[in-house]
Amino acid sequence: MVRCAERIPLQNSDAFERQQRRDNSEHAAIWRLLDDVCDPEIPVLSLWELGVLQDVSQQQQTIVVRISPTYSGCPAMAVMSQDIESALHRAGYPRVRVERNLAPVWGTHFLTDAAKAKLRAFQIAAPGALRCPNCDSDEVELVSEFSSTACKALYRCATCREPFDYFKPH
Amino acid sequence: MQQALVTYAVRLADDALIYGQRVSEWCSNAPTLEEDLALVNVTLDYIGRARMFYEYASSYSGLSEDTYAFTRDGRDFTNLLICELPNGDFANTLVRQYLLDEYEALFLGVLSSSSDDTLALIAQKSLKETTYHLRRSHEWVLRLGMGTDESHARACTALDALWGYTPEIFAMDDIESGLAAENIAPDRLALLGPWRENVARTLQSAGLPVPADSWQVEGGRRGIHTEHLGHLLAEMQVMQRTYPGLQW
Repeated sequence: MVRCAERIPLQNSDAFERQQRRDNSEHAAIWRLLDDVCDPEIPVLSLWELGVLQDVSQQQQTIVVRISPTYSGCPAMAVMSQDIESALHRAGYPRVRVERNLAPVWGTHFLTDAAKAKLRAFQIAAPGALRCPNCDSDEVELVSEFSSTACKALYRCATCREPFDYFKPH
Repeated sequence: MQQALVTYAVRLADDALIYGQRVSEWCSNAPTLEEDLALVNVTLDYIGRARMFYEYASSYSGLSEDTYAFTRDGRDFTNLLICELPNGDFANTLVRQYLLDEYEALFLGVLSSSSDDTLALIAQKSLKETTYHLRRSHEWVLRLGMGTDESHARACTALDALWGYTPEIFAMDDIESGLAAENIAPDRLALLGPWRENVARTLQSAGLPVPADSWQVEGGRRGIHTEHLGHLLAEMQVMQRTYPGLQW
């Protein structure tokens, strides 16, 4: 069988496929509109950057937005769905349905490097090598495994003494 | 098979809902702010888990999540008895969390490769959370066991009080055996050995004795509960009982 050269993903396959869905989508304008919808608790990250936004499609007159919930019980999910609906209503799409899907399972592998940089600028340590977002020291101590939201843990920097949130690898 | 699947999803949902509701009673009552946040975060994961399992049952049965949670009576709930027991003191709460986390880690690990896609996905999602819960509860068992005489004694009391409720976690019946034969449900009995090994290792590190197998209790899966479930349901269901169909 003759096959042509295929693209080999250099990132997690779920993240790669998500990017492909966006790049090949007929609804580029809607994806761009949704770039303005942010996590209610971490307002520097859009739902796309957070990895929650998975797909945009159209069924007859209805725009269907598919999202992958972060933590099972995260109370922000309801707000995210509402915010998506309002953003699209404002832009002139009266019929919108937000579907919460279990697949692909959300994880911090969906966070891009740019998203991680934004987290650090917002004084939240990004998942991965744990460093103080204030002074970049790697001498940090755990205060609590859980913090203000399900996705974060509470740490303290041993160098500058500032407490900070750590976005947990998940 | 479809009826068995609904029954099974409701069992897993009931476990998560009743346990989540019970542990949420710590909200604003924990010994420190950090522990308050931790307990409530864990609770939220369980409530979310319950919703996913109820939603799956709903897709076959047509009954809503709220109907399952708020309009059934005690005899209709099929949760494991250990989930409904009162929290007791902090040691009792964390020892129970640990015993359940060790079980959930094994159970969800197997359910993650269920031949039923939805159950497998819910398990994959929940397993990530349980792995994190286990890290904390394991740490606490070590700290309680090796902390002060007081914490050690309380952890021993908790183990003795809870141990008899653990065999029920690994009991199989015809419904689950049928689903296990189809690779839909894990064989609980096969998890008992690894669970005991993991728990014994932790208890040994914590300097805590493994309790003797002197008694056990069962009945939750058949709707036979302790007196504590009724009180929990009364509080959890009061709004829907008073204003049926209430929506936020």
